[in-house]
Amino acid sequence: MWRGCYRVMRVMFSLISGALFGAGLVISGMTDTAKVQGFLDIFGAWNPTLAFVMGGAMLPMAIAWRVAARRKTTALGLPFPTMPEARFDHNLIGGSVLFGMGWALVGFCPGPAIAALTFGGMGGVVFLIAMSAAMLVAPLLLDRRPTQAKRT
Amino acid sequence: MMMDWLMGLLGGLMIGSAGALLLLVNGRIMGISGIFGGLLDGTGWSNAAERAAFVLGLVAMPAVMWLVWPVATHVTGNWAVIVVGGMMVGLGTWLANGCTSGHGVCGMSRLSPRSIVATAVYVGAGFATMAVMRHVAGVL
Repeated sequence: MWRGCYRVMRVMFSLISGALFGAGLVISGMTDTAKVQGFLDIFGAWNPTLAFVMGGAMLPMAIAWRVAARRKTTALGLPFPTMPEARFDHNLIGGSVLFGMGWALVGFCPGPAIAALTFGGMGGVVFLIAMSAAMLVAPLLLDRRPTQAKRT
Repeated sequence: MMMDWLMGLLGGLMIGSAGALLLLVNGRIMGISGIFGGLLDGTGWSNAAERAAFVLGLVAMPAVMWLVWPVATHVTGNWAVIVVGGMMVGLGTWLANGCTSGHGVCGMSRLSPRSIVATAVYVGAGFATMAVMRHVAGVL
């Protein structure tokens, strides 16, 4: 029963975190594709808002990592995620290139695209469907861990 | 413009606090492409409730705020661009194992070398794509 209670707490805190993230995206203006595309337009009317959002977000997050480093487990007694090995494979680089290109084309990355579901219009919905379709089909066709064979 | 920066900073602090909460309580990295993608391809079904709750909060909060907060978004009317862009974002973040939240906010603040490289690459690719598509091709 104690364990069941902990599971409910995890789901509850996930909901709170998601809601806070959504609120932050709306308030920061990052659900507005024009502001994001404005940040990427360094040869046009550059809009630095995204840099302020990133800076503001990294501050509490950096503190959280410092706190995590001093503790063995989380507030709910769970393990902290381990640092991934510093490996720069084709998937990391090629995937990031593709992501950056798509990000510039529409001005949405996954978080804001999901947050804008209810007010982003048909365009936002179609973007989400296309993004989800790619996430769903990619694992069937590709292996994003080519380096795993070496490790075992 | 100044107001935009201040709201950006405030919203950013909220985004970072959301990530800090998820890390310090649930021991999870707030990476949206991972949380959402894991629900789609089945790799995250063992903790599906946690993921679904996060996505629910992410959709529901802006849906409520929309009623009182002036939200505007400017998604292009060019359907080809929307579909191609969406597929690139989906495939790219899946391959790179993260997006702006996972690599950008969570990974960079941890000084994860992979995340710093990923962020530099996708921001660079974004700059280049915007320069070509808006100022050369005139599509955006």
